[in-house]
Amino acid sequence: MSAIFILARMTFVQAIRRRIVLTGLLLGICFLVIFSIGFHMINTGSITSLVAGEDIGIQHIINTEKSNGLFLAGLYAVAFLGIAMAALLGADTLAGEINSGTIQVIVTKPIRRSEVVFGKWLGFAGLLGPYLLLLAGGTTLSILLQSGYVAPHLFVGLALIYLESLLVMTISMLCSSRFSALATGGVVFGLYGLAFIGGWIEQIGAVLNSQTAVQVGILTSLIIPSESLWRRAAYEMQSPLSGLLGISPFGATSVPSLLMVAYAVVYLLVALGLTVYVFQKRDL
Amino acid sequence: MPSVPAIETSQLRKVFGDNAAVKSLTLQIQQGEAFGFLGPNGAGKTTSIKMLVGLITPTSGRASLLGAPLGDRITRARIGFLPEHFRFQDWLTAREFLTLHGQLFGMERRHLTVRIDELLERVGLNGFRDRPLSIFSKGMLQRIGLAQALLNQPALVFLDEPTSGLDPVGRILVRDIIRELREQGTCVFLNSHLLSEIEVTCDRVAFISHGELIRVLELASLNNGRITAAVRVEGLSPETVSGLSTWGEDIRWEGNHLILTVQNESALPEINRYLVTHGASVYEISPKHISLEELFVETVGKEGGL
Repeated sequence: MSAIFILARMTFVQAIRRRIVLTGLLLGICFLVIFSIGFHMINTGSITSLVAGEDIGIQHIINTEKSNGLFLAGLYAVAFLGIAMAALLGADTLAGEINSGTIQVIVTKPIRRSEVVFGKWLGFAGLLGPYLLLLAGGTTLSILLQSGYVAPHLFVGLALIYLESLLVMTISMLCSSRFSALATGGVVFGLYGLAFIGGWIEQIGAVLNSQTAVQVGILTSLIIPSESLWRRAAYEMQSPLSGLLGISPFGATSVPSLLMVAYAVVYLLVALGLTVYVFQKRDL
Repeated sequence: MPSVPAIETSQLRKVFGDNAAVKSLTLQIQQGEAFGFLGPNGAGKTTSIKMLVGLITPTSGRASLLGAPLGDRITRARIGFLPEHFRFQDWLTAREFLTLHGQLFGMERRHLTVRIDELLERVGLNGFRDRPLSIFSKGMLQRIGLAQALLNQPALVFLDEPTSGLDPVGRILVRDIIRELREQGTCVFLNSHLLSEIEVTCDRVAFISHGELIRVLELASLNNGRITAAVRVEGLSPETVSGLSTWGEDIRWEGNHLILTVQNESALPEINRYLVTHGASVYEISPKHISLEELFVETVGKEGGL
């Protein structure tokens, strides 16, 4: 059996035994319950009555736009939960095990240090996938059951959100290979904050036609492309109408290009390679 | 290839910042040998072991283990290691923990299952095989750590302070295991500041202080095999005492103990017979082993690792 697979499974079992999975599930279920109640109240509430008796076509459009808007708001929260989980998993793993010394009996076995990194990465990737699928799937199902609406390009959007969480997890592991878990957490959330602000500057800049603001946004995306992946995902999944109007707060006005998505993939691979390099060089 | 040394180092050196933890370590340890690495706290013992097992990269110098250069991945399948700060994956049960590490050694599952049962029995943790390591005491963790280091039936095993968390029963167990390993031809590299431990288990001992190897000596050669014995005895005439010179020398009284040095242990029963036939009452004859402690203080100096 390959060492990567053994360590991936160990990472997976560790997350289950340490109740990380359980905590994540409870949090996810809480989120889905609150989201479903909120959607129900808005769906059956005053907005519908506003247009009661109006043209059935208009009512359909409003229904679609409302569902799509709430769906994107829901997925924005899902993506955030995914990022938080990714950052925490990655932050503790190498730093925590170096600090406690458990890594010493692992890396002295006849395996490569790179296999330790890849094994852990794969284990976390295996955790984040089902976690995001549960949250996003629950959100989609909740809306589908209540209003019959399904957002377009759902799977492309989900894949991009998954990629976003993998990117954050990899950056977190990279920091964790060199710094303490606490410092890693600080750095990763700091970067996330930077990406978040950069994203909004770009959005607002696009609405106000400020080319400089858009460029600032793109620059932050180059520093950390996580938020731009979300905006590409939102662009894919938004309704055609809100795409034309560019009004959704959780959607995308200035749309990151596919080149930016490719950049994010390369960014992730480089970060993973650097993690291996730093971990190989490090005295344990 | 018994001719290849188990460990060979040449001017191995490790510098952290401006502090040389190990200055220049040159050693040759043969296969099947039990080698004690002795020194006060902070002398560079753990840094030396960590360089040898590949946890830290030497600043300069060369070393080989079982004939392969340091860090050779395949050779690590024949090496066992128990670290000083034994912290393990405490969310695993004892058996799962050993299975994980056996798999990392690349062991076959069938062979591994048998080996795990054997080792759990040997380290006295058979009753805890399915309990999580999180409930284990310090001593139990050290025992399971030792089992982990021996899973692959290593040709060379590094034990860094293997009895630090153990009670006297556990210490005896570790000593017995080290003896067994030696009989099986495994080279044991033992880091310790417990002199008695090294005294009873090792063939050779190296003294290290402030990152420097001060002295390497064979324990059997201490006193050239001679033994100093203390005899608690009453009713001795001066003639009987002088008659003891047949077997021993340096005969003197220390309180009510008669101290003498004999060529080897077999002289002791003869001395007993001699004393009894000459009308003395013998209460106790105890051989005093070489005092490694005295040697340690003499070699390293009284200030120790401060």
